[in-house]
Amino acid sequence: MAKVTVDGIDVEVPNGSNVLQACEAAGVEIPRFCYHDRLSVAGNCRMCLVEIEKTPPKPFASCAYPVADGMVVHTDTPMVRAARRGVMEFLLINHPLDCPICDQGGECDLQDQAVGYGTDHSRYAENKRAVKDKDLGPLVKTVMTRCIHCTRCIRFSTEIAGVSELGATARGESMEVGTYVAKALSSELSGNLIDICPVGALTSKPYAFVARPWELKKTDSVDVLDAVGAAIRVDSRGTEVLRVLPRINEDVNEEWLADKSRFSVDGLKRRRLDSCWVRRDGALQRASWPEAFAAIETKLRCVDGRRIGALAGNLSDAESMLALKDLFTALGSANLDCRQDGAHADAGRRDFYTFNTSIAGIEAADALLIVGANPRREAPLLNARIRKRWLQGGFPIALIGADADLTYGFDHIGDGPETIAALLGGRQAFSDVMRVAKQPMLILGQGALARPDGADVLAACWQLAAATGMLSPQWHGFNVLHTAAARVGALDLGFLPGRGGKSLGQMLDGGVDVLWLLGADEFDTAAIGRDTFVVYQGSHGDCGAARADVILPGAAYTEKNGTYVNTEGRVQLGALAVYPPGEAREDWKILRAFSAYVGRTLPYDDIAALRARLERVNPVFARIDILPRFGCADTTGPAGDPGRMRGAAFAPWIDNYYQTDPISRASPTMAECTRVHAPAPAQAAE
Amino acid sequence: MLSDKDRIFTNLYGLHDPYLMGARARGDWDGTAAIMARGPDALVDEMKASGLRGRGGAGFPTGLKWSFMPKQEGPRPHYLVVNADESEPGTCKDRDIIRHDPHKLIEGCLLASFAMRAHVCYIYIRGEFYNEAVVLQRAIDEATNAGLIGRNACGSGWDFSLHLHRGAGAYICGEETALLESLEGKKGMPRLKPPFPAAVGLYGCPTTVNNVESIAVVPAILGRGAAWFSALGRPRNSGTKLFCISGHVNKPCNVEEELGIPLRVLIDTYAGGVRGGWDNLLAVIPGGSSVPVIPKSVCDTVLMDFDGLRDVKSGLGTAAVIVMDKSTDIIRAIARLSQFYKHESCGQCTPCREGTGWMMRVMNRMVQGRAEPEEIDTLEQVTRQVEGHTICALGDAAAWPIQGLIRHFRPVIEERIAQYKSGRAATPARMAAE
Repeated sequence: MAKVTVDGIDVEVPNGSNVLQACEAAGVEIPRFCYHDRLSVAGNCRMCLVEIEKTPPKPFASCAYPVADGMVVHTDTPMVRAARRGVMEFLLINHPLDCPICDQGGECDLQDQAVGYGTDHSRYAENKRAVKDKDLGPLVKTVMTRCIHCTRCIRFSTEIAGVSELGATARGESMEVGTYVAKALSSELSGNLIDICPVGALTSKPYAFVARPWELKKTDSVDVLDAVGAAIRVDSRGTEVLRVLPRINEDVNEEWLADKSRFSVDGLKRRRLDSCWVRRDGALQRASWPEAFAAIETKLRCVDGRRIGALAGNLSDAESMLALKDLFTALGSANLDCRQDGAHADAGRRDFYTFNTSIAGIEAADALLIVGANPRREAPLLNARIRKRWLQGGFPIALIGADADLTYGFDHIGDGPETIAALLGGRQAFSDVMRVAKQPMLILGQGALARPDGADVLAACWQLAAATGMLSPQWHGFNVLHTAAARVGALDLGFLPGRGGKSLGQMLDGGVDVLWLLGADEFDTAAIGRDTFVVYQGSHGDCGAARADVILPGAAYTEKNGTYVNTEGRVQLGALAVYPPGEAREDWKILRAFSAYVGRTLPYDDIAALRARLERVNPVFARIDILPRFGCADTTGPAGDPGRMRGAAFAPWIDNYYQTDPISRASPTMAECTRVHAPAPAQAAE
Repeated sequence: MLSDKDRIFTNLYGLHDPYLMGARARGDWDGTAAIMARGPDALVDEMKASGLRGRGGAGFPTGLKWSFMPKQEGPRPHYLVVNADESEPGTCKDRDIIRHDPHKLIEGCLLASFAMRAHVCYIYIRGEFYNEAVVLQRAIDEATNAGLIGRNACGSGWDFSLHLHRGAGAYICGEETALLESLEGKKGMPRLKPPFPAAVGLYGCPTTVNNVESIAVVPAILGRGAAWFSALGRPRNSGTKLFCISGHVNKPCNVEEELGIPLRVLIDTYAGGVRGGWDNLLAVIPGGSSVPVIPKSVCDTVLMDFDGLRDVKSGLGTAAVIVMDKSTDIIRAIARLSQFYKHESCGQCTPCREGTGWMMRVMNRMVQGRAEPEEIDTLEQVTRQVEGHTICALGDAAAWPIQGLIRHFRPVIEERIAQYKSGRAATPARMAAE
């Protein structure tokens, strides 16, 4: 630790810190543009100048100056004030005065700091520089004349996102930030460029000219468009969600957010189910709630409880899944499933289906084997964490599955189960790497589980983890990477076929007479039996609703208070930002109302009582936001026989990152991203 | 006045063979192995005792710089990088060393690398120096074939390899850390210091960057002794120096002289005097474009060395003496330099990127007089806002010529403004390099 005095305040900071961090520790605000604590130090904006005693009499960039024991720093001397005023003047001479038409207005570092450190007039009488805008694709809008050349975007894309697509061309005043050859940014994290840009050079293209930040109601919530569970802030005005921004959660997303989670919000306003629909004479017709309930009740009355089934979707909250399960149990059905993809899961023990190392725990690992997953597509934020660990060095990574650009280096050691068998048998060099490692980890993706031999792959991977020292009382290196936000919560609730119950596959093709889909759209609805009566409860008119006989309009994740469990098993609360549109209601309330309608009233009247029931079903639901990390004391594995694994290669799990759920499929922005990044294969005569 | 026996660059004018035969005849590669036998630390101490100050412009003591390198070779290799990216306007000393005396440089590279325990040395040569690169490469090949460098260089048991790298024509790549970036294949932008190159330099390894002239005099200093070198010149400004005299003199030339020689003697003796006589002198930029101009009154008495010029608020820089007689439009001359710095700013840090353009635009108006008198003060303040606030010294270099102009020629600027306001302004004819 080094003792530093900042403006007379003594602080102790770790050796290797910079002066700016010492000033922050002392509670002294240092203006800055280029410095960002998660990026490398560029030291180019020169705004953070301070005076340091016993150095040459000139101001030093505090972000780039290492602390030394006994250092005395002054941040408010005439020299420092003059230096900051000077730098601010330089930044403003070529910055357009277009704040009234700039989307950054109100949340602009330059605006704020110009008020704090600038002067009230300009001495610059020459013409200002103008820079041609760059086309960075459908997400990031550029007004490059506003760029102050802090290079945060360049450093972010190179260091965090791992795609070296942005850079600076030319020099001096003519320097321009861009891609050189025009192209859309290929990163799944490109939206973060908007957040880190301190000025209005990079803003959100879909959000352009939509709203001012002070008009927005801000609701802290949690993202559900992948299973990472990033902390988000939902900005809404009136009945509309206008944008989603990341919140800081060091354990999950740090301060980043993946593009799908950020830009799918326009899907919340499109293809919405805002009233009940009942199929009459072969066509769906608008109906009232009593009519819809009556239609279902009529059907249920003549069907045996064992002939009805329920399927939970990928975005469902735990409350509505529990209500659905309780309702179906009351109706005498054990035909429940939450795995639309048919992935195998052993819910016998929680660490068989969660990401036990934890996302933050990746930084403590020292070897990684990825099986049947593409973390970049399936969980971009988790992938960024892997890259962060990889950049620190000493982190060998191997991949079994489809080859891909994961933004870090890895050995592609195989395509399918035979490589797992080879590792188990010690016939693969990487098994030695894992044995030597002190805290190795394994990530098992859905691509390896959603296949007929999924249970066997699961068991084989567990055996491999046990054999290579991943499972110890201090360290748990076995991880399942989920892509559905609802999945871990559903497994925690046991939303699986009960005793004698049918799985999804058995419910299809006429396995049940009534099928209740709770936001379930990610399976082949054409496989539902012709005579099966389908109830679709959900927010979007997607393929599930198209097949439905009765549609009950539910709430999207921004419109309800819900509990979600991310792939780590971390229980988090989403919050209601706006009310559901039209006749739509929160899903658990729909189920509660229907239970009363059919005379099987569920024993909870408000969300508090429902959450108390959640805790009784599984005590993990009481542990909100906290994720204790456990080692693995019991290495008994899940059911399955590694010897029965078949040879087929693991298929890529997500083809199109931008459209994986009803919300992102309804989003024009995501459709545009799909058009740009996942072009349809060329046809003949094209 | 330097006597011929004390001259180091005996083929400065290219009158003799620049290659190995001629170099050996002039005494190069003589006893190199014996010098190396003294050991690295002895060589560094000898350099410190000689008082040699870096010839690239900043004048940092060379021996001291060498002593910053780690004393033992660790896991990371050491590097010597020779800065031959000579682009300072008015300066052409390294160019003549390379094309007429390349073996002095190569021998210096070997000795300096040995002293700093570097097995590899890079010479980063300015891209425009195509012919010089050809000559230097031939000399390197000669030395390699003769066993002077390469494995077991000069039979000393020291393995040494020397690589020539051509730049791509950016002035900023002459800044030592920008040079390292460029050498690594990146955009030539100066790095933040600390860490200094002696700790984290080329490819993250301990590195020393020296000017061509600093390295080329090393064999002479180590061969003839520190005492001989430090006896030349003035205290703290010892040795000889190549001066590049250009501009309004009768015979522009490069010449090696003792440091501390009076400017007037230098010009009159070697450059045939100022065009039209000494009284026709207006001003001199004494050390390449980056240092403030000094008017005739100062030129009359000033001594040409680091301290002598610092005392008159200028600097020795690269010792490129740019002489301007009374026909010179001094505002235009400095405005041209402002254009140069605006063009060559790397654009990395704010004060330089924005300030050089601002200064250039105001200077261009000052040339016509299209300005207000109070703008002179504004301009002066802008130079102060750039100076000392930037990552590298280019900001300072852009600010100093304007500061010198305002310090010594403010009445000329005011006169020009008054002329313009009264409508008497003349449109000057365009000059070369405009």
